[in-house]
Amino acid sequence: MLAYTMRRLLMLIPVLLGMTLITFSIVHLIPGNPAQVILGETATQSAIDDLERQMGLTEPYLVQYGVYLADVFQGDLGQSLRTRGSITNEIGPRIAATFELTFFAMLWAVFVGINAGIISAWRQNSWFDFLAMFFALVGVSMPIFWLALMEQWLFAQELGWLPAYGRQSSVDPIEPITYFFVIDSILHMEFDRLVTVLRHLVLPAIALGTIPMAIIARMTRSSMLEVMKSDYVRTVRAKGSGQFIVIYKHALRNALIPVLTVIGLQTGVLLGGAILTETIFSWPGIGRYVYEGINYRDYPVIQSGILVVAFLFVIINLIVDLLYAFIDPRIKY
Amino acid sequence: MSDVILELNELHTHFFTDSGEVPAVDGVSFKLHKGEVVGVVGESGCGKSVTSLSVMQLVPNPPGRIVSGEVNFKGENIAVAREKRMKEIRGNEIAMIFQEPMTSLNPVYSIGNQLIEAVRMHKKVSKKEARNKAIEMLEIVGIPRPSEVVDEFPHQLSGGMRQRVMIAMAMSCDPEVLIADEPTTALDVTIQAQILDLMRNLNKEQDTAILLITHDLGVVAEMCDRVVVMYSGQVVEEGTVREILKDPKHPYTKGLIRSLPKLYEKEQKLYSIPGTVPKPSMDHVGCRFAPRCEFAWDRCVEENPDLYELGAERKARCFLYDEKEKVTEGGPQYDEADPRG
Repeated sequence: MLAYTMRRLLMLIPVLLGMTLITFSIVHLIPGNPAQVILGETATQSAIDDLERQMGLTEPYLVQYGVYLADVFQGDLGQSLRTRGSITNEIGPRIAATFELTFFAMLWAVFVGINAGIISAWRQNSWFDFLAMFFALVGVSMPIFWLALMEQWLFAQELGWLPAYGRQSSVDPIEPITYFFVIDSILHMEFDRLVTVLRHLVLPAIALGTIPMAIIARMTRSSMLEVMKSDYVRTVRAKGSGQFIVIYKHALRNALIPVLTVIGLQTGVLLGGAILTETIFSWPGIGRYVYEGINYRDYPVIQSGILVVAFLFVIINLIVDLLYAFIDPRIKY
Repeated sequence: MSDVILELNELHTHFFTDSGEVPAVDGVSFKLHKGEVVGVVGESGCGKSVTSLSVMQLVPNPPGRIVSGEVNFKGENIAVAREKRMKEIRGNEIAMIFQEPMTSLNPVYSIGNQLIEAVRMHKKVSKKEARNKAIEMLEIVGIPRPSEVVDEFPHQLSGGMRQRVMIAMAMSCDPEVLIADEPTTALDVTIQAQILDLMRNLNKEQDTAILLITHDLGVVAEMCDRVVVMYSGQVVEEGTVREILKDPKHPYTKGLIRSLPKLYEKEQKLYSIPGTVPKPSMDHVGCRFAPRCEFAWDRCVEENPDLYELGAERKARCFLYDEKEKVTEGGPQYDEADPRG
């Protein structure tokens, strides 16, 4: 297990290098001169030339990449063209916000999805199965922005149960420590605030988690149906095990491999692709950060955003791979 | 004979499929005595596996269900027992081993985990004691270095080793009845002999009654005291192993034994019963073997023969043994010229 983990970690190095090369190149392939963008339409040619030299844009491509790489490894993602602030400082809280939202979205998606899938498989063709699979179909087919708007309309506007926007109450902001507001409010021992923060999470987490939940439920069901027919499940039943041990100890662990793949991929998608949800709920996450960067043609921000999301995706995949080996002892590549 | 421990009485297990109701087990009755080995033989699809699964109430439901009949285990009809009672019986009083050792163990748990689970399911012992019991059982079934194997995973063992583990698991709670559903079919011949030896020893030493489901008459000759022959969901003949092999009564059994290769006879072509096993159906009229039977006459296609008693626990389902038919003493005779007769 340790050797396998080490091997997987070493394999990260080329992946990460390739990732930086691609993000670096993308921005360079975009037409337009960054110096021109910074200085605006009316800048003189000499001012542009000066800035280009200053920014190192006259150096050869590979040298520029080397400088970029060195900066990234020191945690310096550059400077935003729009705010002139350090991107590293700006992006940190954004990652935390997205992470927090993704965590709660996946928490409910995994919990409800897996259990609905299990019950559907266990009681195949029952009314529960039909109902669950109908909702799963609705869930994967529904446009997420529509669901988000409907949630806001019903739960925030009509019923007034939950807040529609933001991460916290705007009149009384939290003193951030980790920027994970749930953790921060616990660290501050402010439990009223914890409730407020959690209430803000409910609607976006449900909107974001619905599609993964539906996919996970369908995947769990089909995987469980196959496993429940297997010989070893029959062996377990012949030993005199109850239904609970049969399903949750023996069948589920075998059925989990494909489900885990889906969970990993969906988590990656949520981390990077929650732009719609984050925009609708005014969630100050990384999706919106990149979206704003695109609007202002803020290339360093776009570049860093892509890099960070890609990095998170790779890490999630690593965790999934390690979990595979943990769940199934036959997997030791 | 000693006391009856398991008795099947007119057991009917049907499958309810889209294309209709299929009587996979159609009125099966036989007895298993304490410490006895009974073989259930028949071709694939004759209902022998479903019969054994019915005893444990393990028939996949849906589509299968025991529709009528009794499974009397020590006087208790467990065909209608509740799931809670069945959980106490399964693995504890009646244990089962299956045909496919390669897939019958859960690949994601260690051998020890699965053995300990079997022990602790029915006996109130600590994890440590259960583990010791597991190692002891592995040793009994002849697994080398049991204290290491206990922590290994199924994929690290060979098929023969896995079947030993299955037997160890089945025997770990000292069951009174062991149902072995084709335990050696998937194994090669030398391993097969070892596994049969092992089962016979357990039968002798622990006095466990064994219900051996097989289609291999060689295994039957080796292991069994008595034999039940099944065809298309019904028992067609019953008797001691000697009676069945030396003096088969039912034309189907005769055909089965004729189709065995003989060691000292040079035969060009192996005999086979013409035709194939019919799919059991609800509206079948007449003897199920009639279309393939060389002795069949009009009565055979018009009514279903009873299981005629020919002696103590000696039965055959054929009109040849109906008193009314008055056929030649001892059933049909083969042509003297036929060397196989």
